[in-house]
Amino acid sequence: MAGGTAAISIEGVTKVYPNGLVALQHVNLDIRAGEIFALLGPNGAGKTTLISIVCGIVNATSGRVLADGHDTVADYRAARRKIGLVPQELSTDAFETVWATVSFSRGLFGRRADPAHIEHVLRELSLWDKRHSKIITLSGGMKRRVMIAKALSHEPRILFLDEPTAGVDVELRRDMWDMMRRLRESGVTIVLTTHYIDEAEQMADRVGVIDRGRLIVVEEKAALMQKLGKTQLLVTLQHALPDVPDSLSPWRLELAAGGTELLYTYDGQAESNGISSLLRQLDLLGVEVKNLQTRQSSLEDIFVDLVHGRP
Amino acid sequence: MNRHAILAIYRFEMSRTWRTLLQSIVSPVISTSLYFVVFGAAIGSRMARVDGVSYGAFIVPGLVMLSLLTQSIANASFGIYFPKFVGTIYEILSAPVSALEIVLGYVGAAASKSIILGLIILVTARLFVPFGVAHPVWMLGFLVLTAVTFSLFGFIIGIWADSFEKLNLVPLLVVTPLTFLGGSFYSIGMLPPFWRSVTLFNPVVYLVSGFRWSFFGVSDIGPGVSLGMTVMFLTVCLAIVFWIFKTGYRLKR
Ligand SMILES: Nc1ncnc2c1ncn2[C@@H]1O[C@H](COP(=O)(O)OP(=O)(O)OP(=O)(O)O)[C@@H](O)[C@H]1O
Ligand SMILES: [Mg+2]
Repeated sequence: MAGGTAAISIEGVTKVYPNGLVALQHVNLDIRAGEIFALLGPNGAGKTTLISIVCGIVNATSGRVLADGHDTVADYRAARRKIGLVPQELSTDAFETVWATVSFSRGLFGRRADPAHIEHVLRELSLWDKRHSKIITLSGGMKRRVMIAKALSHEPRILFLDEPTAGVDVELRRDMWDMMRRLRESGVTIVLTTHYIDEAEQMADRVGVIDRGRLIVVEEKAALMQKLGKTQLLVTLQHALPDVPDSLSPWRLELAAGGTELLYTYDGQAESNGISSLLRQLDLLGVEVKNLQTRQSSLEDIFVDLVHGRP
Repeated sequence: MNRHAILAIYRFEMSRTWRTLLQSIVSPVISTSLYFVVFGAAIGSRMARVDGVSYGAFIVPGLVMLSLLTQSIANASFGIYFPKFVGTIYEILSAPVSALEIVLGYVGAAASKSIILGLIILVTARLFVPFGVAHPVWMLGFLVLTAVTFSLFGFIIGIWADSFEKLNLVPLLVVTPLTFLGGSFYSIGMLPPFWRSVTLFNPVVYLVSGFRWSFFGVSDIGPGVSLGMTVMFLTVCLAIVFWIFKTGYRLKR
């Protein structure tokens, strides 16, 4: 984005691991201030590598990253102060208490002790009752929340969540989504990776798809679903048809379920979608309709098409 | 300077000490007491005085150095190895802290711990044998300098090690022999001339010698040379640490 208003600006980042593996190839990406950005991609696509480079855990082979206008290498102090990271791997200090480990994180990021803020974060994540517990005694989902609390302890403006809801139950996932929304409302920019595409569909303003180290799509979620999404009408018939009648050829229908289903794919955004004329034509032909159903392709369908449709 | 970060790391590391108080303090004290029972009382009573000092008192500075060295290395190497091992190092790497601040936090804590330990051992020793401290300021100076130097050394080992075996390898293969051959239990004047020259390549000799001088005012090697050698070793360790952070060696991928 021009004018330096991007929260994160990734410029031509390439990463070759010492073993020769090319994990990222010339990635350019701007994360806008205040948005929720979902980074999608199959296992090994390079999502964690990209996040790790932004956060200073992995050195980029070439290219540079700006966080709120600060170079993450040359001006790492200013850059990192703005960033909170919840890594993919669960790793915590087993023998520390929740309170101690979260307070430690705040100090590490150069902030003066602020018990009121730590309390706020712990309450927000339903960890307040566990504040004196040793981390080793917590469940996996609670540990995940401790890691989020650590990342939020220094009041970051940009939050990276690397698969925050992996291995989290449905209820906790909804809690986390609520938390992300509240954070966004308070002006925090959120970058999240996930393998649950419905999570991106629920949460993201924009979506980026990364595959084999290349960023192949970056798009507003709504636009992406509009552009690549399909809408289908499923017509269930009273009696099976041997094949699609010639007079129905303009609709390019597919016959399914042994001839008892007609599938019509159309552009959901178009002015006229041809449904009423199709129904009229069916009536004219004396084809009896038992049921009608429409369905929109999900972000997941789009994602699978994108990633598997590539050579 | 990120003061809050240095303090956070320091406090975190020190709290680990209090949590593992038994290993950290009690066991070295017990093993030192055993040394005194065996070398000081049982054997020492039959030994001649060394440089005009009773054998029991003579080994005190060496014993303190022995613990100081091994504990500094153990504390510092474990302190930085453990976050690497369990993965919590990500937080240190992603925090707005400089190499210097990380080192101050970890090495500062490890050194503090072993200085406290060294003083406890001194007090314990005093219960077994009478001795005085001729140059207390020098004594403290050597104590602090050695603790810092070997904590730095331990820090380097902790970063280099990628398994618990390696973590123990250097202390076992290098440090223990050097300390035993470093004149903790004897004056290097007692050695044949050839071995005396070989010994002069052992940095521990200088530490023990200087430290002993601060107690009794006599030593194999002058305190100036001892100090110089210790500072030199400190400088080498510092240089390696800064190279590590500059290149990201074994820390960043
Ligand atoms: N330290 C490393 N050394 C060598 N190769 C690595 C290293 N870390 C990751 N890789 C490789 O880099 C590629 C990208 O890995 P990365 O962890 O970024 O993927 P990801 O998109 O986060 O995958 P996942 O969804 O499984 O978490 C993979 O092929 C991985 O094997
Ligand atoms: Mg990953």
